[in-house]
Amino acid sequence: MQVSQSTIDPNEVAKFEAMAAEWWDPNGKFKPLHMMNPCRLDYITTQIAGEFERDVKTPNPFNGLRILDIGCGGGLLSEPMARLGAEVVGADAAERNIPVAQVHAEQSGLDIDYRNTTAEALAASGEQFDVVLNMEVVEHVADPLAYLTACRELLKPGGLHICSTINRNPKSYAMAIFGAEVVMRWLPRGTHDWSKFITPDELFDLLTKAGLKPVDRKGFVFNPVLWSWSISPRDLSVNYVTASLKQET
Amino acid sequence: MSTKDEILIVGGGLNGPALALALAQAGFAVTVIDALEIDPRENPDFDGRSYALALGSQRLLDGIGLWDQLANDAQPMLDIKVTDGHAGQGPSPFFMHFDHREIEEGPMGYMVEDRHLRRTLLDKLRKTNGVTLLNGKSVTGQTADASGVSLTLDDGSQVSGAIVIGCDGRSSGTAQRAGIKRTGWDYGQTALVCSISHEQPHNGVAHQFFMPSGPLAILPLTGNRSSIVWSETTELAREINALDDAGYLAALQPRFGDFLGEIALAGKRFTYPLGLTLANAMIADRLALVGDAAHGVHPIAGQGLNAGLRDVAALAETLADAKRRGEDPASPLVLGRYQQWRRFDTASMALATDTFNRLFSNDNPLLRLGRDIGMGLINAAPALRRGFIREAAGLSGDLPRLMRGRPL
Repeated sequence: MQVSQSTIDPNEVAKFEAMAAEWWDPNGKFKPLHMMNPCRLDYITTQIAGEFERDVKTPNPFNGLRILDIGCGGGLLSEPMARLGAEVVGADAAERNIPVAQVHAEQSGLDIDYRNTTAEALAASGEQFDVVLNMEVVEHVADPLAYLTACRELLKPGGLHICSTINRNPKSYAMAIFGAEVVMRWLPRGTHDWSKFITPDELFDLLTKAGLKPVDRKGFVFNPVLWSWSISPRDLSVNYVTASLKQET
Repeated sequence: MSTKDEILIVGGGLNGPALALALAQAGFAVTVIDALEIDPRENPDFDGRSYALALGSQRLLDGIGLWDQLANDAQPMLDIKVTDGHAGQGPSPFFMHFDHREIEEGPMGYMVEDRHLRRTLLDKLRKTNGVTLLNGKSVTGQTADASGVSLTLDDGSQVSGAIVIGCDGRSSGTAQRAGIKRTGWDYGQTALVCSISHEQPHNGVAHQFFMPSGPLAILPLTGNRSSIVWSETTELAREINALDDAGYLAALQPRFGDFLGEIALAGKRFTYPLGLTLANAMIADRLALVGDAAHGVHPIAGQGLNAGLRDVAALAETLADAKRRGEDPASPLVLGRYQQWRRFDTASMALATDTFNRLFSNDNPLLRLGRDIGMGLINAAPALRRGFIREAAGLSGDLPRLMRGRPL
C-alpha cells in the first residue's frame, strides 16, 4: 500500500490516531456529519454513476475516475470514493486534518492522496479531475465566485461539480444556527455566518457565472421524528446540493 | 480461502442461508459455517415444523430466487380464524375472522414445511457463486479488531473476514463470545408439533384456538393435510408425547372438534420447549445478530421466522446500500443502522407475543370475558381488522425493499 506517510512525525501518530478516532466516532463531535453522510453519498454516487455511466452494483464502479474532495476533513467522503475505486485527492486548508485523514485511510487500507492545499492553489498548478466534490465549503469562503471559478478550472471538460451548502431564509437561520449551534450544540458557536448563506437561485447564478452549467438541485432534509436525513426533490429550504457540469469545448 | 472483505455467517439453518443468498446477490463474498454436515439437515425428519410465511417473507424468498421451487409445496393461507375455546366445549360465540379478501395483496401468507424450505435454501446455496460452505465445523473462538474478525473452528483452523453474523439460534454462541447478555424466561409451556392428514378439505383456513393451557394452531398444508402446533404446560406435554399415536390423536381431536373429519398422523411428532429470549444488543464490533439469535419469541402468532427474515432483508439492505455508497459495511455507523431499524420492532413484537400468550393461556373468567369482548370488537371493526391482517401478512412498518417485492 502506498500511503504518503513520510511527512508524519512518528511521535505525533498516536495523537493523530486519537483525532481520527474522534472524526470517525458515530456519536462523537462529528455526529451531525455522520448522520447526514449516507444522504450526501447517495446523491454523490447517483450523480457520478449517471454522468459517467457507472453501475454502483458492480465492483469498483468508479475505477478510472479522478475525484477531488475539497475540505476533506477526516476523509468522510474521500474514503467512500476510494472504496468505490476512484483515484482520490483530498484537499484541506486546515493543516491539522491531513495527518489525521492519512492515518485513518491507512487503517482502512485505502490509498488516498491527502494534501494541505486549497482549490485555488490546485487550480493554479494545473491539476484536473473528473469530479470535484465541494460539500459544505462555499458558505465559508470569502469570495464565492472566485472560489467556484477555481473549481471549474479544476474540472476536465465534461467534468462534474457537486456543491452543497445552506439556504438563506428565516428557517435556515432557525435550523442551522439556532438549532444546530445553540440548542443541539451539534456545531461550535460561530461555525456558520448566516449572511454568507446562499439561496439555490443565487448559487445557480454563481455557478453559471463561473462557467459551469447547473443541471440538478435537491434538498437534504432532516426529519426530527425519524432522526434521519433524506433527499427531497422539493424542500431546499435549509441544506441543499447542486450538480453542475463543465461543458465540453 | 477467505478474504478480509468476507462476511462470515455462523449458522446454516434458515436465516443464515437466506442472508447468504441476499448478500451474494449484492456482490458480497460470504462463508456460511454450520456445525452439522448437509445430509442430516436435508433429512425430511430433521425438523417437523411448518412456517406461516407472511406475504413479505414470501416476497423475500422470491427475491432471492427460491419461490419458483417452493411454490408447489406452499399452501396459500386465505383466512385466519381465531377462537377462544375450552377443550371439549364448542368455541365461544366471540371470535375473530381475518379474510385475505379484505386486503388487496392476495393471500395473507403461505404455509411451508421446514423440510421443503431448508432443502431449497441449501440447494440454492450450493449453486451460488461467492458462497463458501463450511459444514460439520463449529466455532470455538472469535476475536474482532480494527483489521477484521477472526473465527477459530473446532478443527483448529481459522477463518477471517470483515463481519461475523450470528444466525445461530436462541443460545447463540456468536452472541455469547461477544459478551452480549440475554434477557428472557421459560414459559413452562412446550409445543407439540406434528402434521396430520384429514378427511375434509381445510379450504386454506388457518385456525387458532386459545386454550387455558396454551394456544393450538391448525395450519393448512398442501393437500388434505395440516400442521398442528399445540402448546401445553410442559408437564402435560410430556405426558401427551409419551402416548402412542392413537392416544396422542385421541388427546388432540377433542381440542378442536370434528370439522376436519377423521384425522391421522402424517409424519413424525416433535416437541419444542417455549421461551422468550432477547439479546441485549443486536450488534457489537464487526458483529450482527439475526433471527432467534437476537430475539427468540413465543410462536403464538407465527412470527418467529417472519421476524428473522425481516432481519435478513433489513441487514442485507443496510450492508448493500453501504457498499454501494462506498462506506465500510463493517463500521459501527453502518451496523448501528441495522440495529436501529430492527431493535424496536423486534422488542415490541416480543412484548406483544408475550402479553398475548399470558392473556390467552389463562382460565381466569374475567380475562376470558375481556378477551372475548375484545375479539368480538375487533371482528366488528373492519379498519382494525384490516390492520391486523396487514400486520399478520407482514405488510406493516418500515419494510425492507426485498419484502416489498423490489430488488435489493
